[in-house]
Amino acid sequence: MRAAVIQFPGSNCDRDMVVALNAVAGNEKTQLVWHKETSLPEGLDLVAIPGGFSFGDYLRCGAIAARSPIARALVQFAERGGYVLGVCNGFQVLTETGLLPGALMRNANLKYICKPVPLVVQTTDSDFTRAYEAGQTVTVPIAHHDGNYNADAGTLARLNGDDRVAFRYGDNPNGSAEDIAGVLSANRRVLGMMPHPERASEPAHGGTDGAALFKSLAGAMALA
Amino acid sequence: MKARVHVMLKNGVLDPQGEAVRHALGTLGFDGVEGVRQGKVIELDLAETDAARAEATVKDMCEKLLANTVIESYSVEIA
Repeated sequence: MRAAVIQFPGSNCDRDMVVALNAVAGNEKTQLVWHKETSLPEGLDLVAIPGGFSFGDYLRCGAIAARSPIARALVQFAERGGYVLGVCNGFQVLTETGLLPGALMRNANLKYICKPVPLVVQTTDSDFTRAYEAGQTVTVPIAHHDGNYNADAGTLARLNGDDRVAFRYGDNPNGSAEDIAGVLSANRRVLGMMPHPERASEPAHGGTDGAALFKSLAGAMALA
Repeated sequence: MKARVHVMLKNGVLDPQGEAVRHALGTLGFDGVEGVRQGKVIELDLAETDAARAEATVKDMCEKLLANTVIESYSVEIA
């Protein structure tokens, strides 16, 4: 697998994501790509959008990043069938680009929440979640102020009907519609999620429940 | 000319910040506040001198960046 991680001013989980992609998903050398680039490196399988506070969350979380020069290349990459993983601020960026439906609003209790939370795996029918079991409860940390997933009733029905909800919260921390913590694109190759699998991928993190996501990706790329 | 954009959460989208403001007003003794919606105002100084063209351009800005039309509505005033 060839992977890259995009860096925006204010990204702060970019290096964690590189470590997870290298150490857990078995990449030899995950590249970092600066937001002012207008193209992605050739031959990539996966692009990850890391957590953080891109552009200081000005205007709306992820809004400025989604209009940065690299974002156009990212959208084209996804439309060609490339794999894209957006975590936390990365999920917000993906909804702002329109690659994923819905929007992330201020947490219902207005608080920044940073803690491990239970997630229920909703589907194993994706190259991000194949190494989990459907219905399995895993523990992955969240760290966000704006993770309250919102979409209209028609969008929620479509996500449910097409089995595109990847994860739901076991105990909804932020007011998200239908407890949604992560969603897939229609082609199942773009995943956005608020919890941080890269922060639960090695024993030293205190938990390894996020590792299966990176192992799923590694397995999918090995078969491709 | 100047343009002023109002961005609000759409009707039907729960506004947690507005709700918090409403509760705080109640705590201060302002009774009878039945609802609070919080939005933002964005002012733009434009080189454009034609009001109709300015309005069309600012609406395009709203669609592409200033508002997230999944959850927000906007209105444009040209002055």
